[in-house]
Amino acid sequence: MGMIFTLLWIAVALTVAMALALGFRKLATAATRGETSRALRDAPLTAAFGMMVIVIYLIVAILAPLIAPFPEREIVGTQFQPWTAEHWLGTDALGRDLFSRMVYGTRNTVGIAFATTALAFLIGSVLGLLAATVGGWLDQGMSRLVDVLMAIPSLIFALLLLTIFGTSIMTLILVIAVIDSTRVFRLARAVSEGVVVMDYIEAARLRGERLPYLITREILPNVTAPLVAEFGLRFCFVFLSISALSFLGLGIQPPTADWGSMVRENATLITFGDITPLLPAGAIALLTVAVNFVVDWQLYRASGLKE
Amino acid sequence: MTLVLRMIAQRLALGLLTLFVVSLLIFGATELLPGDFAEAVLGQAATPETVAAIRRELGLDQPLVLRYVDWLWGAVQFDFGSSLAQRNRAVSDLIATRLGNTLFLALYAAAMAVPLALTLGILAALWRNSLFDRVANSSALSAISFPEFFVAYILIYILAQGGWFPSMARLPAGADLGEKLYRAFLPALTLTLVVTAHMMRMTRAAIINLLASPYIEMARLKGMRPSRVIVHHALPNAIAPIVNVIAINLAYLITGVVVVEVVFVYPGLGQLMVDSVSRRDIPVVQAVALIFAAAYVLLNLTADVISTLSNPRLMHRK
Repeated sequence: MGMIFTLLWIAVALTVAMALALGFRKLATAATRGETSRALRDAPLTAAFGMMVIVIYLIVAILAPLIAPFPEREIVGTQFQPWTAEHWLGTDALGRDLFSRMVYGTRNTVGIAFATTALAFLIGSVLGLLAATVGGWLDQGMSRLVDVLMAIPSLIFALLLLTIFGTSIMTLILVIAVIDSTRVFRLARAVSEGVVVMDYIEAARLRGERLPYLITREILPNVTAPLVAEFGLRFCFVFLSISALSFLGLGIQPPTADWGSMVRENATLITFGDITPLLPAGAIALLTVAVNFVVDWQLYRASGLKE
Repeated sequence: MTLVLRMIAQRLALGLLTLFVVSLLIFGATELLPGDFAEAVLGQAATPETVAAIRRELGLDQPLVLRYVDWLWGAVQFDFGSSLAQRNRAVSDLIATRLGNTLFLALYAAAMAVPLALTLGILAALWRNSLFDRVANSSALSAISFPEFFVAYILIYILAQGGWFPSMARLPAGADLGEKLYRAFLPALTLTLVVTAHMMRMTRAAIINLLASPYIEMARLKGMRPSRVIVHHALPNAIAPIVNVIAINLAYLITGVVVVEVVFVYPGLGQLMVDSVSRRDIPVVQAVALIFAAAYVLLNLTADVISTLSNPRLMHRK
């Protein structure tokens, strides 16, 4: 009996999601012009759904204080209240409004993950481009260092570094960014290796162009596309590892509202049949699925594969 | 044959070298500690005298190289010194039983995940673009995107609430195998689901890649039965990519095990590590990190060796 209900729920959710994605695609196609509009019209439903989810998350993150009915860190009720008209998702172990914390969590969790990914890309692509362009011992040294850093599983490495530097948001961002930049370095270096051997780079070198010009004007424009696609995938990885660390109590620290730590704080409710702690975990999963869908579509478009 | 042995020896040497550098990194990272190991241990109680006493006790007044050699020599013999949080307990003591538990959990998960993932992956590749393929593929993509603890709590919600399986995987001392399998079922299932998704997608990609090769097309064109094409032509060549996929995903299990152990309060290495990180018990964290890194390097090495063995062309690269 329970099984049938679950399946029914999944079917209903899928239908609603498809209808929403259809509507979103219509809206997006109408709102844009030319090339973009045509691309959006041909986007598969999964990609439309992904884009819709990302847009919604963005709106919630930006307008968090307007949407949340209660402040992020204030105790507004008794502990562990059930869902009521006043507290939509009930309250947590301290009596803070869970719906409001979910809303603020969008801003904190997604914002921190985005900042970390951006930093990882900055470090990784600058070093990767430099290694490929300069070559020689600089390239060898950095590549071997990255090889060693990648020989340690990233979560384990992050745990080791967090033990040493302590747990604060700043160290969290730096640690994850440095660890993830090794993966970006690999890609950036590999892609620019292919560009560096081109004749026009040779010509620019002979013209006597300096290194910064070579990198920013000649190489960078030709490696942007794969790096942008990688950004989406990297964001998912960073987002998941920050959530995992927060869930372990070693990432984003209270009282900052964050989805990973919210799951941890309220996990006991699940054994009593209350699904509230699953919601922040689901919010994490939904965003990663959405980003993956969009990246899949973009990669498909870029590869020009038509079956 | 000598060529094969030399290749294996080469890879092993490279693996050992990697491990050596990794151990340097793990040990050297603590030197980045702002202030000092001893101050970190004492926290508020750090006065010049106590700091000096602790430094002597931990051997911190020795030069760095000496301490590293000492630590590495101990680590090779499975002796990691004593824990900082529980001063009279040896780290190897804390680790010993937990290492066994974690290995048990990982093997349990692997035993379920490998056959499941291979079957699903091969079927999806054979029936590609069918409804089965689409459903399997998009559920795998979603499962990859789920954080491990989400999968774990969904399983707890569905399976533990009805009282079918325990949500706390504490292993009582002296439990027999059946009891252990029963208690560790939910954590193992969580890991299985997460790893299966990865493994299935990679198997599918590997098989599709293989089926597109000219000799398969030739076999089809000369009118061979599809089942014979698969068994005689495709499968022998599929061993390399499949073994590779398995090894890579077992290495992936290493990270997954940390979160899952915490969710289910499973007495393994991952949980010990997380507890030690919050207590800043550096010797324990170093030891566990070294063990995880060694397992990771070893699995990747095995994958490399096996795929080279099954594809002789790889022996002559460069």
